[in-house]
Amino acid sequence: MYDGWKVILGLIIFIGIVTFPILYDIGKASVPPPEPKIDTPEIQKMVEKKCVEPKSFMKTEHMVLLNNWRDWYVREGKTVYLTADGREYNISLANTCMKCHSNKKKFCDECHNYAAVKPYCWDCHIEPKEGGQT
Amino acid sequence: MSISRREFLKIAGASAIVGLGGISAIDILLPGQFEASQLEKNPKALIGKRWGMVIDMKKLDEETMKKCIDACHRIHNVPNFGNPKDEVKWIWKETFEHAFPGQESEYMGEGMKNMPFLVLCNQCDNPPCVRVCPTKATFKRSDGIVMMDMHRCIGCRFCMAACPFGARSFNWRDPRPFVKEENKEYPTRTKGVVEKCTLCYERLAVGLKPACVEESKGALIFGDLADPTSEIRKVLGLRYTIRRKSELGTNPSVYYII
Repeated sequence: MYDGWKVILGLIIFIGIVTFPILYDIGKASVPPPEPKIDTPEIQKMVEKKCVEPKSFMKTEHMVLLNNWRDWYVREGKTVYLTADGREYNISLANTCMKCHSNKKKFCDECHNYAAVKPYCWDCHIEPKEGGQT
Repeated sequence: MSISRREFLKIAGASAIVGLGGISAIDILLPGQFEASQLEKNPKALIGKRWGMVIDMKKLDEETMKKCIDACHRIHNVPNFGNPKDEVKWIWKETFEHAFPGQESEYMGEGMKNMPFLVLCNQCDNPPCVRVCPTKATFKRSDGIVMMDMHRCIGCRFCMAACPFGARSFNWRDPRPFVKEENKEYPTRTKGVVEKCTLCYERLAVGLKPACVEESKGALIFGDLADPTSEIRKVLGLRYTIRRKSELGTNPSVYYII
């Protein structure tokens, strides 16, 4: 093989660069999974802790629900959401969702930071003040 | 292995049937997740076909005007940048010649010439801003309100060029730090969107009249122009009123008694 040492050296450097991110992370503690908290005063007061829809649905589909709420409220002028079991909610992020979930940092941001998603809700909507008082 | 035209058509037909059947089967077996939910209007909501307003300049003094403007801008988190270049306004004062260009005359009394008129979005029946919006961020609701959906606005400012009344303002800067006291119930806007008066759609939805009408002590009359029995129609039937630039054909819904 002509210039064998150059080829082998090049290969070693290449493999070093490619595997660097994996090697760099070996032995380091992984980022703990997010634990969103729902221990706000408003939720503690509730006898039956129920969100607009079941927890499992909200966990995976809350963004779909919020998108739909937005279009229904702003574009279609329908302001009240009626759940399958007959509860009524005023469609509003700041006045319905965040009245209960007043702990944005521990509820919204916890998962959004972990998943590296940056929803732009709070560019316009006013987030509740931390510490329970809205 | 070769395939005859006849064979090919048979296979194509059969797969088309299977494919279409499959799609509808999925629809039947996995219906939309929001199927069970229903939507309602608030029973207290004010319902109309074409909301409009009469502004009685004989009853409106400057102090009341200021109250109307302040109430609107406070409720809707309208920022005050403190310079006319960046100004954002939903309802504001205008001189006669600016509010009604072409109707002024050289012998007009000073009083009328310098009288401030209260102007706002005219909620046109034929709104040019809606026609030019490329994203349908601004649209006409079934009750006649020309609405803004801030989520869709891309800040192209076509609507500002189209509006003959200057009713629209652009957010050149982040408005958040310039909102004096935030109304937590209503969102602010963000940098790069256009905003304007929305005739308090959020108040109508809970049965309240627009904020400026409430503050005006009867000088602003709000009602449904499509309802012949409404108060506003009675006023329009009895009094002579003018509209801003009605010759342009946008059919404004805001009338003025001079």
